[in-house]
Amino acid sequence: MKFSEQWLREWVNPSIGSQELMDQITMAGLEVDGFEPVAGDFSGVVVGEVLSVAPHPDADKLRVCQVSDGQQTVQVVCGAPNVRDGLKVPFAVVGAVLPGNFKIKKAKLRGQPSEGMLCSESELALSESHDGLMELPADAPVGQDLAEYLKLNDITIDVDLTPNRSDCLSIRGLAREVGVLNSLLAEAPEIEPVEAVHSEVPDIRVQAPAGCPRYLGRILRNVNLQAETPLWMQEKLRRSGVRSIDAAVDVTNYVLLELGQPMHAFDRDEIVGGIVVRMATAGEKLVLLDGQEVELTSEILVIADHEKPVAIAGVMGGEHSGVGDKTRDLVLESAYFDPITLAGKARQFGLHTDASHRFERGVDYQLARDAMDRATRLLMDIVGGEPGEIVEVVSDEHLPKPRVIDLREQRLASVLGLAIHRTTVEEILSRLGLRVDKLLKDGWRISVPSFRPDISIEEDLIEEVGRIYGYNNLPVTEPTGSLGLRVRDEAVRPLSAIRNFFVAQGYQEAVTYSFVDPKVQQLIDPEREGIALANPISADLSVMRTTLWSGLLKTVAHNQNRQQPRIRLFETGLRFEQTDAGIDQQPMLAGVVVGNQVQENWVNGRRTADFFDVKGELESLFSLLGIEVQFLASQHPAMHPGQTAQLLRDGEHIGWLGTLHPQVQKSLELNGTILMFELFLNSIVTGYVPNFKDVSKFPEVRRDLAIVIGSDVAFAQVKHVARKHAGEHLTALRVFDVYEGDNLGEGNRSLALSLFWQHPERTLNEDEVHSLFTGVIDALKEELGATLRS
Amino acid sequence: MDNLEQLVQDGLNAVEQADNLQALDHIRVEYLGKKGVITQQAKTLGKLSAEERPAAGQKINEAKGQVEQAINARRADLEKIAIESKLASESIDVTLPGRGQDLGGLHPVTRTLQRIEDIFARAGYSVEQGPEIEDDYHNFEALNIPGHHPARAMHDTFYFDPGTLLRTHTSPVQIRTMEAGKPPFRMICPGRVYRCDSDMTHTPMFHQVEGLLVEKNVSFADLKSTVEEFLRVFFERDLKVRFRPSYFPFTEPSAEVDIEWGREPDGSIKWLEVMGCGMVHPKVFEHCGIDAEEYRGFAFGLGVERLAMLRYGVKDLRMFFENDLRFLRQFR
Repeated sequence: MKFSEQWLREWVNPSIGSQELMDQITMAGLEVDGFEPVAGDFSGVVVGEVLSVAPHPDADKLRVCQVSDGQQTVQVVCGAPNVRDGLKVPFAVVGAVLPGNFKIKKAKLRGQPSEGMLCSESELALSESHDGLMELPADAPVGQDLAEYLKLNDITIDVDLTPNRSDCLSIRGLAREVGVLNSLLAEAPEIEPVEAVHSEVPDIRVQAPAGCPRYLGRILRNVNLQAETPLWMQEKLRRSGVRSIDAAVDVTNYVLLELGQPMHAFDRDEIVGGIVVRMATAGEKLVLLDGQEVELTSEILVIADHEKPVAIAGVMGGEHSGVGDKTRDLVLESAYFDPITLAGKARQFGLHTDASHRFERGVDYQLARDAMDRATRLLMDIVGGEPGEIVEVVSDEHLPKPRVIDLREQRLASVLGLAIHRTTVEEILSRLGLRVDKLLKDGWRISVPSFRPDISIEEDLIEEVGRIYGYNNLPVTEPTGSLGLRVRDEAVRPLSAIRNFFVAQGYQEAVTYSFVDPKVQQLIDPEREGIALANPISADLSVMRTTLWSGLLKTVAHNQNRQQPRIRLFETGLRFEQTDAGIDQQPMLAGVVVGNQVQENWVNGRRTADFFDVKGELESLFSLLGIEVQFLASQHPAMHPGQTAQLLRDGEHIGWLGTLHPQVQKSLELNGTILMFELFLNSIVTGYVPNFKDVSKFPEVRRDLAIVIGSDVAFAQVKHVARKHAGEHLTALRVFDVYEGDNLGEGNRSLALSLFWQHPERTLNEDEVHSLFTGVIDALKEELGATLRS
Repeated sequence: MDNLEQLVQDGLNAVEQADNLQALDHIRVEYLGKKGVITQQAKTLGKLSAEERPAAGQKINEAKGQVEQAINARRADLEKIAIESKLASESIDVTLPGRGQDLGGLHPVTRTLQRIEDIFARAGYSVEQGPEIEDDYHNFEALNIPGHHPARAMHDTFYFDPGTLLRTHTSPVQIRTMEAGKPPFRMICPGRVYRCDSDMTHTPMFHQVEGLLVEKNVSFADLKSTVEEFLRVFFERDLKVRFRPSYFPFTEPSAEVDIEWGREPDGSIKWLEVMGCGMVHPKVFEHCGIDAEEYRGFAFGLGVERLAMLRYGVKDLRMFFENDLRFLRQFR
């Protein structure tokens, strides 16, 4: 909310400067977002009077004026369309400096001397408006310094109120708060009931009392809406960020800003029959004041006449029933609308008005009558008119109930960590306008006024006491309490260990958005559909990732476009999948690798990373985690059909490793061979707690063999068969050469293996080893068609 | 016996001239081997009388010893020369760069999260995780933000359907942890959160850490010390901290926390908002089945990117999610 400091000081005027005032309210929880002077920086501008206007001999659009600055009359050439005899205007005399360090000098315009300048509002940085000269009231004293006349030594303060503090959405509320902080009483303007001068009253029926527990209407006849809003009111509105429209609108806005009561004025001639406050009928239409036509639903509270809706209650009036120059009779509305009924309704129509902002947060439910009288009086002062009686329709049953809350002294002290003196507590609460009704044995019974809808439980009172006492005046103590030791499963490796592993392997960690481009994801993971956001920020961030690759591959593109040929990235995070059982949110670990395996160096290092480099890294990870993983040749739609492995742990699928399919790579506009892996984190983090076995004192025996075998036989099969026949004391099986060549015959390759045996309790004898070794060879021959390589 | 002296002299000369270990070994065999010329001198002893023999024998032994010693000394020299020359030939340019895998690095958000987690872990806080696609109840209702609450407008929520959304804060993890356990609690909930907002200072995804402490006897004063200490430990500076009354539906009293961050042009302290905090609202306890008369709690929340930006001097929030390697490499 924006407000004028001067206006606030008319209500309460502590002897502190502007900055201190702003600091003070900020520290009371009404955060000042900023402030700005209400006018530009200028000097030498006075109230001038145009005494005569004559055409310029050589220019159609310019006029030659005689202007009084109060002491002398000078000639000024002016191009504004609204310059006329007798007009009082801001007059920048020779020597004046206007905002932007614009100096006014004697000049000649098309041959005519001009001494000074008549100013528009924009030239004084009072507003954006530059449709002609700023017109000052006829009674403005000629010659007076303009800044002094307009009291421009003022700032507009912008305070960012939290949604609970609806009571401060007015000068009245802010003044109350400032009063509390400075032990001053805020002075409200006297509001007297306006006496009716005729007996005509509006017909008001409230059919939706839950949404509208209180509705007041009054007819003001024979107004003159051509009357100009007085400058002082225009200025207060302007300094509160509200544009002056016409007297009726200005007055309702003024009362809204001053007291916090949103009001509305209808043109009585456009109200057919009377006013009905009801829920809209689905499909009803209404053209609003801003020109948009909206279709209403049965959840929308409307103000209607006997034929049609004329306003969305508490949000915006209709165009048709709005007041204009020709309006003769007004129906004034001042009501209390229920916050819950109005919640979110303005937003449904893309609206957010000063009225809806206040009603949704809660307006003082006892304020409507005062506001009505205040507005009537202000209106009559400007537009004249004859007031009628106020008609009030109220449903006590639906009005908020007066609240009485007990505040326990002990509770106050234990929450704040300080026992604040009783009289201080009482003083704070009563200055806030709460009534300390009754002193209980161990606390207070507090009555909450109607302007504080936010206070409904004991904690609310504790907060008020703490806030006004000052959070920074409360003590600082260390929390005490039992600190039990926490169980941590040793077999489960922390995520940080996995991250550090990849960092040591040269991977850079990435953090990419959880929502991705569905088109990209469709290429990478065509078999799963990403869960779509109802309100995405943009099309390329509109579905949840089903794989971390979606973000990582996009990151590869980003970096390849920035001359980064060697990219090694990993990421951990959730991937999202709609399943029959609901939304599955799985923590994943994924990586992508492209470019040289190691940074190019002076020996080699120009070798591009391949499948086995990354596989080796994953194998290291698995041994770090203490788990055994099988790699099974498999197919994945985004991966190279001959370079894809499915990873299994105890037969359960735990992830993928492979090369990005060249076709997909092309579609994603990526370069180079891209290796990628993705693992279910929960499937790999649990390993084992070491369990010591005796170290064998007896020698290890090694036997090597080389076989020629069909290339279609996977090494895993060879290993499986060899292990099966090598007996229980085989300690290791390694492959130390893989060779394919013409001399082996087409479709064959050679594998060289070494087998290691060791017995825990004795030396294995030559015969035993030999028999196991030949057993392995025979099995490889028989089961896999291998031959020994000569 | 003149002959013996001559032999020794010849032997010593030969040893002197031997320029490699092989030549030296030849000399050893030639003079001291079984058939060596000095060894052979022993055969002359038979011709001597029993009285003369011991003296002559000794002389021969002395001669052998003399040559042997010279050979050993020469061998040591030659070995030393050989090693030195081998070492000289093996010398390398130690200023050439090393080879191997260069190091990667953690993302600055992770790095910051880990520091925060470490700081709180030392004070006994557990680290709790929860779903990122949340239901309306845990993200809003249970946190005292009912459907009509104006605070919902503060949240700019991403929805999937009216009851399902991307969590706007990590507070729902606190709810889930409290629902599942029994007080007392000390936890922090780090993680990704989402708001439908994107500009210079907002990204639609960012990270939060929310902390919660629930004990029988805990006060706002305890909250103050926890927050102040955390900020001082995190920034490793004795900075000024202030608590400004604010509003969150799930805490009361609520405060925003500002830290001293330089000076304004007029010399006054420049305050920067870094955290939100407050005492757990009784409604929240009620939703989690905790007796608010018996237990009290405090909660705090902070934006990880914001702290990382302050700590490391990053100017543009969006850089965290571009994952440009030239940016990431600065945080190894």
